[in-house]
Amino acid sequence: MRILHAMAATLVALLIVSPVFAKEAMPLAEDPVVEQRLIHISEELRCLVCQNESLAGSQAELAQDLRREVRDLIKQGNSDQQIKDFLVSRYGDFVLYRPQLKPTTWLLWGGPFVLLIVGLAVLVSYLRRRSKLIVEAPLSEEDRKRAEILLKGEQS
Amino acid sequence: MNRFLLPLGIFIVLVGFLAVGLRLNPREVPSPLVGKPAPDFSVPQLHDETAMFSPKEMAGKVWLLNVWASWCVSCREEHPILNEFAKSGTAPLVGLNYKDKREDGIRWLARFGDPYLLSAVDSDGRVGINYGVYGVPETYVIDKAGVIRFKQIGPVTPAVLQQKIIPLVQELNK
Repeated sequence: MRILHAMAATLVALLIVSPVFAKEAMPLAEDPVVEQRLIHISEELRCLVCQNESLAGSQAELAQDLRREVRDLIKQGNSDQQIKDFLVSRYGDFVLYRPQLKPTTWLLWGGPFVLLIVGLAVLVSYLRRRSKLIVEAPLSEEDRKRAEILLKGEQS
Repeated sequence: MNRFLLPLGIFIVLVGFLAVGLRLNPREVPSPLVGKPAPDFSVPQLHDETAMFSPKEMAGKVWLLNVWASWCVSCREEHPILNEFAKSGTAPLVGLNYKDKREDGIRWLARFGDPYLLSAVDSDGRVGINYGVYGVPETYVIDKAGVIRFKQIGPVTPAVLQQKIIPLVQELNK
């Protein structure tokens, strides 16, 4: 029991003390405007090392290098498009999370809409065909009587 | 019977797509640089800090540029294959020591063998970025006119060497 108490005390002490050991936050950047644009651009770019992370969020070494490169390009006065083109010319369209609209990506962008239209067409044609199959069947007086007898018979 | 054929057909097509998708390697991103001139650079050499290397010096030759580093585990895997390749004398092999410490690089080559004509030093990774390097090792085949003809991402395997790189070098040397 005493050991448990001691352990708990140590744990509490560690929890209280640990912030002292934490590293101080790094200054964001010398120029907040550049940093803002860097984040804006790099959120739309894929980190090629960890492919499901954006360039903004990745801690991979290549991502850090590429952020440095993008930062330099911003400082040199390049537009967002120029910076994206810089990376695409080296790493291919794959770096863009939002693929460009061009003949090779038409299917990618248009595919879902094409599927939707095809689906609607199939649905409409099916419904039309089905409505033709249902023939109006008028109930004759005789039928009505038979139905009534049957219904009553069931009740009794 | 007929009404099951269409769903079955769609299902088979879908399975086909998924099967192909599973076999693709997401690490292998087709490089836009294949078919384009190799980006120029001028960086110091590994063994001789004062001497520079630029791809222009290789103009008129079919050559290989291999990106390596002492910290790269798969480089060790491909290194014996590169050593063999260098011995065969098929094409000159230039190393690009990527984001490495000079002394580590030199020590690594002394330990595992040096297949390179020379190694250029890309200490901050800038040359690597221009070549679209994202996973060391990477190997480029560059033709006489300085155009990149092939890029291998990841270690060069004997199969890649025999089936792709060597035939391509021979073709380009004709």
